[in-house]
Amino acid sequence: MSFFDYLLLFSGMGLVTYLPRWLPLFYLAHRRLPQWLIDWLSLIPVAILSALLAPSLFSDAHPRCLHWGKLELLVAIPTLIFSLKSRSMGATVLVGMFLYWLGGLFL
Amino acid sequence: MQQDKHQYHPQQGQSRPQHWFRKGAAAAWPICLGYLPVGLACGALAQQAGLPFWAVGLMSILVFAGSAQFIAISMLASGASPVSIILTTLIVNLRHTLMSSTLAIYLQGVNRCFLSLFAYGITDESFAVNMTRFRTGEWNRWQALTVNHLSNSVWVTATTCGALVGQLIPEGALGMDYAMTGMFISLLTFQLQNRIFILTGLMAGLISIAAYLLIPGDSYIIIASVGGATLGYIIKRRSRKKT
Repeated sequence: MSFFDYLLLFSGMGLVTYLPRWLPLFYLAHRRLPQWLIDWLSLIPVAILSALLAPSLFSDAHPRCLHWGKLELLVAIPTLIFSLKSRSMGATVLVGMFLYWLGGLFL
Repeated sequence: MQQDKHQYHPQQGQSRPQHWFRKGAAAAWPICLGYLPVGLACGALAQQAGLPFWAVGLMSILVFAGSAQFIAISMLASGASPVSIILTTLIVNLRHTLMSSTLAIYLQGVNRCFLSLFAYGITDESFAVNMTRFRTGEWNRWQALTVNHLSNSVWVTATTCGALVGQLIPEGALGMDYAMTGMFISLLTFQLQNRIFILTGLMAGLISIAAYLLIPGDSYIIIASVGGATLGYIIKRRSRKKT
């Protein structure tokens, strides 16, 4: 592929990535939002984080199937407890990485 | 005239841009740490798929969407058409409409130039970090913008480096693969304000696993976040009526 081909493809991808990020913000930030929408949206962060995390802790990717007791899950439990106690994201990331590395050595 | 509700108050002490930048950078470093291994892997894969390093950098600047870029690279490698790659990118990134809508609550009345610049950097990671801080009230839009653009520059650098030297780095070095998971776990704990939030998280997780196993592709993220939040909202309204 030539430079121009790449530029065209990535511009197209960029446009369809940017629009969903831009349109709601652009319009909703200048509108008074109804209370029900604010209440519903306030639950979106916790829902998205759970939705992103859960499959990586409880299932395999290739092929997709349930998998109990993955190293990811075993490490997630102490990491979660540490995060609840410490309330520090930086330290939690480092603890998670260390435990995952340690677990990889033994399992 | 609409006012900017999140203006910084000078009487609170340091109000200089350097201070905002430092605060933003302090919040962004776990994201950057997570982006390093993922970006290097992404670049290395792209290089294997035959993309030159400048194309990888160009893609990261124009697209800036981790999972969509991974998918696009594998589609390019298997010879998919540009139209199908663009359509897949759209579907994978539709989840950001939810994040963008949620961020609008904290960016009410901010000028449209800023919003357009800010929208570029809305990713799963920057969204989660910024929302957590906005909610506690100690955050302003310039700090949020710093988080977005710092993570973007690390992503562009990491993916481009990955295309150049990715082959030389051993897989799974120092537990780096867990950086992103650790960050999401930590952000999740910050969100658990009361029982409704815990319930919403549990339901979204269950729906997500079910959808992940049953439906191919990435739609499980949208299905689970909309489903979980809606169920949580219904439970919240029911319990409010009873009391």
